[in-house]
Amino acid sequence: MAFADTLEHPTEARAWKGSIPVWHRYTAGIAGERFLRTLQEQGKILGARCEPCGVTYVPPRMYCERCLKPLAESSWTEVGPRGELVSFTRVYLDLDGNRLETPRWVGLVRLEGASGVLLHYLQAPEGALLRSGMKVEAVLKPARDRRGSILDILHWKVL
Amino acid sequence: MMDQWVYATTGLHEKDFEAGQVLVETWEGKAEYAWDTGIAMGRFLEELRRGRLVGRRCNSCRRILFPPRMFCELCFRPTAEWVTLGQTGTVITYSLVHVRWDMVRLEQPQVPAVIAMDGAAQGMGILHLLGEVAPEKVKMGMRVQAVWKPAEDREGSITDIRYFKPIR
Amino acid sequence: MTMRRVAVVGAGMTKFVRRAQETGRELAWEATSKALESCEMGIDQIEAVVMGTGPDAFDGVHMKAEWLADGAGAWGKPYMRGYVGGGTGVFSVAQGWYHVASGLFDTCLVVCEEKMSPAQPHPQGAFLTIFDNFIERPLGPNLLWIFALEMNAYMQRYGLRKEDIAQVAVKNKRNAADHPASLLGDRDITLQDILDSEVMAWPVQRLDVSPVTDGAVAVVLAADNVARRVTPQPVWIEGVGWNLDSAYWTNRDLSYPTYVEEAARMAYRMAGITEPRQQIHIAEPYDPFDYKELHHLEGLMLFPKGKAAEATALGITQRNGDLPVCPSGGLLGVGNPIAAAGLMKVAELFWQLRGEAGARQVPGNPRRGVAQAWGDLMQVGTVVVMGK
Repeated sequence: MAFADTLEHPTEARAWKGSIPVWHRYTAGIAGERFLRTLQEQGKILGARCEPCGVTYVPPRMYCERCLKPLAESSWTEVGPRGELVSFTRVYLDLDGNRLETPRWVGLVRLEGASGVLLHYLQAPEGALLRSGMKVEAVLKPARDRRGSILDILHWKVL
Repeated sequence: MMDQWVYATTGLHEKDFEAGQVLVETWEGKAEYAWDTGIAMGRFLEELRRGRLVGRRCNSCRRILFPPRMFCELCFRPTAEWVTLGQTGTVITYSLVHVRWDMVRLEQPQVPAVIAMDGAAQGMGILHLLGEVAPEKVKMGMRVQAVWKPAEDREGSITDIRYFKPIR
Repeated sequence: MTMRRVAVVGAGMTKFVRRAQETGRELAWEATSKALESCEMGIDQIEAVVMGTGPDAFDGVHMKAEWLADGAGAWGKPYMRGYVGGGTGVFSVAQGWYHVASGLFDTCLVVCEEKMSPAQPHPQGAFLTIFDNFIERPLGPNLLWIFALEMNAYMQRYGLRKEDIAQVAVKNKRNAADHPASLLGDRDITLQDILDSEVMAWPVQRLDVSPVTDGAVAVVLAADNVARRVTPQPVWIEGVGWNLDSAYWTNRDLSYPTYVEEAARMAYRMAGITEPRQQIHIAEPYDPFDYKELHHLEGLMLFPKGKAAEATALGITQRNGDLPVCPSGGLLGVGNPIAAAGLMKVAELFWQLRGEAGARQVPGNPRRGVAQAWGDLMQVGTVVVMGK
């Protein structure tokens, strides 16, 4: 069925501008808090292992997503700092679609001991040819610059 | 008893955040929109600029719908024609508001109301503000009329009506 | 209608808190793990999961239900989200119900989660587009306007005073003092406390409203034959109903919730209830504001229009009264994490009908209860009837 009316004048075709005025403050959570504090204070990357399911979660979690059992502190373990590059890409645009002054690499890395991959910036020598399977190492900021954030890791460095 | 099935969730206080006791990330999302007014609302806003309130008639149930819409939700068929309403109506309900949406207190209370417009079907109200009336004098069923901005200040907005005031 | 019988066999929840440290996923897991523990089931015995959760803009996570899935045990399982604003908590049970009643699944886990605290400066900001962007938002409204306008319409229609309504807040906050998960339980609160609280949008005062809250609840549903193996006391879902009214809220009669009556008729018809006031022993209507408990009791056809306040004043709705209403303490007492609040009421009926409600236990062996929730632009009614 069609509407029995059309607009009589172009000014009737309007758009009304507005916004949803909210910003967000996210807690790291019970598991996230411990993961980030350890990264900040000890410079270590932690994972949590569910032995029956054979999975080591990085970042670590409060519970195994497969069997739902709690992952107690005793099941938490250090992973990395070395790992394997699983995938990578070179990024040219920012969030608003504008060209970055300097394009950057990002990579998915499976740290030694982890089951899944972790996303972070990737540092590669100029003109280097990257391949999945390459060995990388997590480079951290100096202790005094760490804030308890994933950015306490500076980047993955291709070895 | 069910007490054992309640998890000991960790509650925080605002001061825990202020003291940096918990790690947080913040994000200021830019959720900006340009909403298309559509056919009914586009015309409605244009008529407001001209100092008029319009509704739409459904020829099946014969109601005059206000705010106007291009189809009748009861009969589920297109509405048939534009109808110009009067400037007066009746207060169906009202409130005296002392806070903003972020809970900051207002200096002067606002008086929003739902006003059933004369000429529309029974109970066809819209939300607007009441003015030129002391808050304690507002009554259910009060008769009110629209007070407009001067023609040159109108933009084709619901705020082209400044408020509704009691008919004396 | 020939559908399988479905029962609630387990329930669990988080504490309801003002700001949880837990992420939304962790909240979902806390409730889910307690629910499974309560009926000694493992996640591998759950065949499908239904998630009820409110605006993505509260937690601040896009596709929030998918993000919550792992905490709700949905990894690798058929998963569905339902969202009808505050009505979600009870609606999610109807969704879970038809998963099992249809014969498609023998068990279904229903989880409801809400983390409102991330939204800054106030979760209301996420709600502002509930108003028409063209003809309402330019007036600068906030959410309290709608509730205050509805409350005033109700009060004026039936000649009710603030005292008549505030007694509901007193009852529920006192009841909640006995709920281990409650945020606002207060054994000593008085009518004067409510009447003295700050006026926000007259007639709404601060203590008439339930606050921003974080929390999660989960229940386990099972088909007839499975339910009887899991627990000696299954609580049957006897009727479900849901109904939506127009979003043109200013075109409606605000003094009566027609959408609740329509949803209740659907649920009562299924449950074989012809005289609700006689056949229902406990009611958990949605009470984000004190006046809404009264409004909804009338929509549920438990009291005549305009008469619920009188019944409250007579003590009929106290825990030891003739028809206990919100023995849990409701949203006013326990808290209001939007989607989870309704499921808290369903869990309450589950515990009450099994005699497990502890200090909140309604005496006299209640055998049938109704839970109801409400949401969207004050337009959805969702109802579940439970019995043993």
